Amino acid sequence: MTGTGELEAVIGLEIHVQLSTRTKMFCGCELSFGDQPNVHTCPVCLAHPGVLPVPNRKAIEYALLIAAALECEVAPRSIFHRKNYFYPDSPKAYQISQFDIPIAGAGRLGDVRIHRVHLEEDAAKMIHVGESGRIQGSDASLVDFNRGGTPLVEIVTEPDLRSGAQVREWGQLLRATIKQLGVSDVNMEEGSLRCDANVSVRPSGSDRLGTKTEMKNMNSFRFIERGIEAEIARQKEVIASGGKVVQETLHFDPSTSELHSLRSKEEAHDYRYMPEPDLVPIAPTRAMLDAAAGALPELPAGRSRRYREDLAVSDSAALQLSFEVEWAEFFEGVIAHDTEIEPRAAANWVTGEFAAELRKQGDQGLSETRVTPDALGALVKLVGSKRISHASAKDVLAEMVAEGADPLEVVEERGLEQISDSGELEAIVATAIDENPKPAEQVRSGNEKAIGALVGAVMKATQGRADGGEVTRLLRRDLGL
Amino acid sequence: MADRDLLRATAAETASLIADGQVSATECLDAWLARVGEDDLNGYLWKADAAAAGQTVDRAAADPVAGVPVAVKDIFCTAGVPTTAGSRILDGYLPPYTATAVSRLAAAGVPMLGKTNMDEFAMGSSNENSAFGPVLNPWDHGRVPGGSSGGSAAVVAGGLAPWALGTDTGGSIRQPAALCGIVGLKPTYGAISRYGMIAFASSLDQCGPLTRDVTDAALMLSRLEGRDEMDSTSVGIEGGVDPPSATDLKGLRFGIPADLIGEGMEEGVREVFDQTAATIERLGGSIESIKLPHSDHGISAYYVLAPAEASTNLSRYDGVRYGIRESNADLDSMYEETRGEGFGPEVKRRIMLGTYALSSGYYEAYYGRAQRVRTMIVRDFTAAFEQVDFVITPTSPTVAFGLGEKTADPWSMYLNDLYTVPMSLAGIPAISIPAGTAEPAGGGPGLPVGFQIAAPAFSEQSLLEAAFALEGAIGFNQAPPGAKR
Ligand SMILES: [Zn+2]
Repeated sequence: MTGTGELEAVIGLEIHVQLSTRTKMFCGCELSFGDQPNVHTCPVCLAHPGVLPVPNRKAIEYALLIAAALECEVAPRSIFHRKNYFYPDSPKAYQISQFDIPIAGAGRLGDVRIHRVHLEEDAAKMIHVGESGRIQGSDASLVDFNRGGTPLVEIVTEPDLRSGAQVREWGQLLRATIKQLGVSDVNMEEGSLRCDANVSVRPSGSDRLGTKTEMKNMNSFRFIERGIEAEIARQKEVIASGGKVVQETLHFDPSTSELHSLRSKEEAHDYRYMPEPDLVPIAPTRAMLDAAAGALPELPAGRSRRYREDLAVSDSAALQLSFEVEWAEFFEGVIAHDTEIEPRAAANWVTGEFAAELRKQGDQGLSETRVTPDALGALVKLVGSKRISHASAKDVLAEMVAEGADPLEVVEERGLEQISDSGELEAIVATAIDENPKPAEQVRSGNEKAIGALVGAVMKATQGRADGGEVTRLLRRDLGL
Repeated sequence: MADRDLLRATAAETASLIADGQVSATECLDAWLARVGEDDLNGYLWKADAAAAGQTVDRAAADPVAGVPVAVKDIFCTAGVPTTAGSRILDGYLPPYTATAVSRLAAAGVPMLGKTNMDEFAMGSSNENSAFGPVLNPWDHGRVPGGSSGGSAAVVAGGLAPWALGTDTGGSIRQPAALCGIVGLKPTYGAISRYGMIAFASSLDQCGPLTRDVTDAALMLSRLEGRDEMDSTSVGIEGGVDPPSATDLKGLRFGIPADLIGEGMEEGVREVFDQTAATIERLGGSIESIKLPHSDHGISAYYVLAPAEASTNLSRYDGVRYGIRESNADLDSMYEETRGEGFGPEVKRRIMLGTYALSSGYYEAYYGRAQRVRTMIVRDFTAAFEQVDFVITPTSPTVAFGLGEKTADPWSMYLNDLYTVPMSLAGIPAISIPAGTAEPAGGGPGLPVGFQIAAPAFSEQSLLEAAFALEGAIGFNQAPPGAKR
């Protein structure tokens, strides 16, 4: 291989999602976060002799919901396997997972294909006492089995991603999608969503895959983006200098931007997968599949497409609204106020001025604000029909956010209604030209920029109640442009 | 009434004595506990004390079997009662919960007499693999009782319990029942919950009764069977199980798998088998020759599948949460020394065998192929049951062998399960009833010979009816010499 300029990155993701069921995957213990260690345990999740797993029906339903959202093919009969490895976080010394027949395969989210979706159980949490922070060299290691047995869905993509930025954007879309399904908290810091990335590089346009490295334990999509970019750069450099990429597992330290090798291929486990004899196959009934399809809400990708294509909302506003259901619902409340409201303008008001005003006034959330979608709709309509100017509208909005005021009342009280009488406006424009001869002359002699001072004068005289477009039109006409 | 009469009674007869008021449930339990105290067979690993067991009797249900105490194989978890599965690795372990099978008997008012000795993790056919010493055969203390439910079989045969609970993976109820001269029933896989039964080979393990007669087997099975929400592979037996009453075998067809039996069978065992076949005909049944063409591969497939499952089932004994821990030096030492010291040689052999069979690169050649053999054996039985109602074989090719006789040669030990393993692989019910006695190969007093009858899945009722009719005609009523029964 030659020059690094001709190399492209190939990235595939493995995402673990902790399901927010009430109980664990194979026993009746409640899920928890932050409780005292080992209080949510029973003989089953502690792997006492003689216990048997009983699958959590809700977890299977949630997995089917995810499969439906990712447009996957659901297996008519999928089976559980035992994945064998000795480690204290795995009380049975095997994890019940799925192997050759996962619950769902072949799907898609946005422009990334899904390879498979499978169900498994989470490991327990280990705490290593001592300076090393790892099991080697620790003074002691403690195991908290509260997390052990939490239902997990693992989503594996095809290697369709090409950059760290794309991974971040797609990852955020996936997270928003799963959040809206209501099947997980998808909190990366608490570990309810975990993302591993397989990264390799190859000559652009090639269909062969290069040697990949696996990047683990990244707890935000920003870090993932940076980690992947760092790893792509590293691999390109290795190849440019005539070296070969070695298959290994890497950890990206966001505080130093350094990559550390965790373990090399030589230590790879033979998991001795075996069909789990204690469980019968998952064979979803027609009713279960229909229920999953029927329970599917409008998801970010589809919602954003609808806003863009049907409502002509701008790309960025559409994306922003569709990632957060409550904002999307607020927006739809705004446009429901009146059919004359332009959705594109309304979306800009919601994601722009309104969101900014909420942040400005004490970082309010949508659930806290006293502004109703209907009231904001009324305001947007006032602007759209040119009854008030954009500048006045911002003042009204500030009062609405502060006091929960009704926009019509504020406009009336403060007399903010735009001057609609063209005779009155023409007179004010003429006065402004008379009182500002210098800029007027500059405009007449071809310096169009000087018109700003005249517009400002009109606005000052009208206290912002004039339509800026109309003012400019009159000024240009009177100055002979 | 005299204790001697009580100790001679079957479980059903004891239940009648209690129901008729001839003996109270408490007197019955005291008499049996006193007898358990005289255990000279090393049959019990733990013995109940009267106060603890008595509580179950006092709040006994209206169930007719209430008060008839039971011996429980030490493979069943019993809350607060030591449970070892015959292994040193679980020495001192007190389970926090009770197995469903034991709970169901307790709910019927059946008190537990004690926990019986067994081959370590049910791996063995002689009970010599127990970490707590071998069980002696009540017929001849120099011989093995069979295994792995050797303790359960020996205490019932030796008059140390009216009936017992055992488990069968490849013959572990039927073979010791045969070698001790009692009845042993392995029900259909899924008939009884496995919850709380310490797993050996999960796709094969099934618990069942070891009893003095067929009626008792039906009585206990009817209390054990049923779907359990703690075991998603359990289904129960539709319609339940009633006491059998058949007196003849008219119109029933019995198939002898000629290609399976023959090899390594002792002459005396063959004679008893032939006589029993003649008895079947006398009762109106017909004898036909059938083919089970893949059954002779049963042992080979079994000794891949069972160790493979065992190797993962036994991985949890790691010293972290319960049982013994031999080292705290570091993680690897803890695993290696705990498992190295805790497991006996046969268990280690099977863990290694199973680990190898599941290894990447060998999986298809061993586990995959064994699974296919299993499928063929299932089909063999399905085809056979289109021709006949039951399949019959001797339970074991030999009578009880001497202690230490086969320990040096695992394969000859494994061959003792030749006739019982195919039914386990097929998941179908099979019963062993005592059919007579035969001289052992080297000569000496007669020892019991078992007769195995197998039936299609979930047809326990018709299996018990046939066994009951045959039992009546055989009239085997011998007790081991010197046994107080
Ligand atoms: Zn639990």
